[in-house]
Amino acid sequence: MKNEVRIQEVDKSLNNRRNFLKLSGLTVVSAGLLMAGCSDNDNDDPVVDNMLPGIRNGKFDLGAGDFGVLTYAYALEQLEADFYTKVVNASNFNATFNEIEKQVLTDLYHHEVVHRDFFKAALSGGLPDPSSQLLPTLAFNYGALNFNSRTDVLATAKALEDTGVAAYNGAGKLIKNPDYLLLAGKIVSVEARHASAIRSLINPNSKDFAGDDIVNMTTGLDDAKDPSKILAIAGGFITTQFTAKFLP
Amino acid sequence: MNILKFIESFTNEGIMASTGSRRDSFTQFGNLGKNLAFASIPFGLSALANKAMAKDITATPATPIGALQFALTLEYLENEFYAMALDSGVIPASENGGRDLKVFQQIADHEADHVKFLIAGLGGSASANFVPKPTFDFTVGGAFDPFGDYPTFLALAQAFEDTGVRAYKGQAANLISTPELLTAALQIHSVEARHASEVRRLRGLKGWISNAERGAGMPEATQAVYNGEGVTMQAGYNTATLFGAAAGSEAYDEPLTTQQVVDIANIFIV
Repeated sequence: MKNEVRIQEVDKSLNNRRNFLKLSGLTVVSAGLLMAGCSDNDNDDPVVDNMLPGIRNGKFDLGAGDFGVLTYAYALEQLEADFYTKVVNASNFNATFNEIEKQVLTDLYHHEVVHRDFFKAALSGGLPDPSSQLLPTLAFNYGALNFNSRTDVLATAKALEDTGVAAYNGAGKLIKNPDYLLLAGKIVSVEARHASAIRSLINPNSKDFAGDDIVNMTTGLDDAKDPSKILAIAGGFITTQFTAKFLP
Repeated sequence: MNILKFIESFTNEGIMASTGSRRDSFTQFGNLGKNLAFASIPFGLSALANKAMAKDITATPATPIGALQFALTLEYLENEFYAMALDSGVIPASENGGRDLKVFQQIADHEADHVKFLIAGLGGSASANFVPKPTFDFTVGGAFDPFGDYPTFLALAQAFEDTGVRAYKGQAANLISTPELLTAALQIHSVEARHASEVRRLRGLKGWISNAERGAGMPEATQAVYNGEGVTMQAGYNTATLFGAAAGSEAYDEPLTTQQVVDIANIFIV
């Protein structure tokens, strides 16, 4: 797995309050960030909500408010789309996977590319100045991941889909516009269907499709994570530097 | 999320008083006067269903409490369905090398957890916001045999899980004012989606819904669960452009309204 953490961006001039996307640990994401107005229970600060995505201090920042959350989702969908594009275009794709696996992975490629292009279109249409506020196309690096290895691909797909579910589940409460919330809801259940299918491909004769490692055994609840925690995981694949100073 | 904190805040901090009341949220049971349009019921079983309207549920109010009550009733339905199936022995222990039984034991566990979680979230069974379990008839007056015929059980399981996904999605906007409840509902929603995917795949289908297709082997009576799933325009973006309408529609699950879900659930409530 390539979700090992590594420092993607560390600006020593920033202190805790001016937080940054530190990908190698979450200890910094604490009181300082909350003081910046991103508390779960205090996310209606008008100053924060008006923070649109765009370049800040030389780097693209995802911003805050609904556009910040949608831009965050766009970043994650870019990663998923890029991953499955590489999967289905791998030199040995046809020999690596059986027919059912190929069908699933091809469907996931389609769905994630559609999600990515949807966010690009929606943000381009919704942002006041998309030329400066639309998250650019990100670059990715999968390290030693072997796209011709069934084990590598399915394990990474599982991590990405579970992460996607936890990301949308955690981001829902940050969305103010019910139409945007519904759109996120339309997507997250498909991500969960993906996660279930991938888990089932990896370990078919089992309860792993909704395994005890991901669904709480007492409450029956799936995972939900804040953006900072998601970016700490997904950021391991993302080489384009960006910040998420205003998301919790 | 801190579940205990969530439950504590929900039961102790007056959220109930501010977001709903017994009067406006607890009237859905025993409503004899409602005008249920049975013509719209998908199962074509209006004659059977008509005989027992007294206990039918009606739409919950568009409030956080209403959304939780609505969710609880759905979870009661799923929980009882799977518990009865496991008790009945309809799920062959040898099916797919034991896979099916493992799958439905896990799903049953989750639905039981959801019932407990939602009851706790509503303040417990003594709370004014609590809603009791309806009486279910999963045979719909003898029309179905889900606990004697495994394919029928599988078909209904798929219909219930796909309904659950769409039902929770339709409640999201009702929870937007209560972030902790919204998050919890989303966390159940995605579990229902995991279930739906696996049940569909056990039945030989894709884990996702293509167009508005109920899928091979599904009774026509279940089509209402899938109507409206074929949407390919999302916020002005045509999702069919890149890979066609099937892929574009698969990439998005669509909501059902409270009333649409109530109409489906009432078929199984006597």
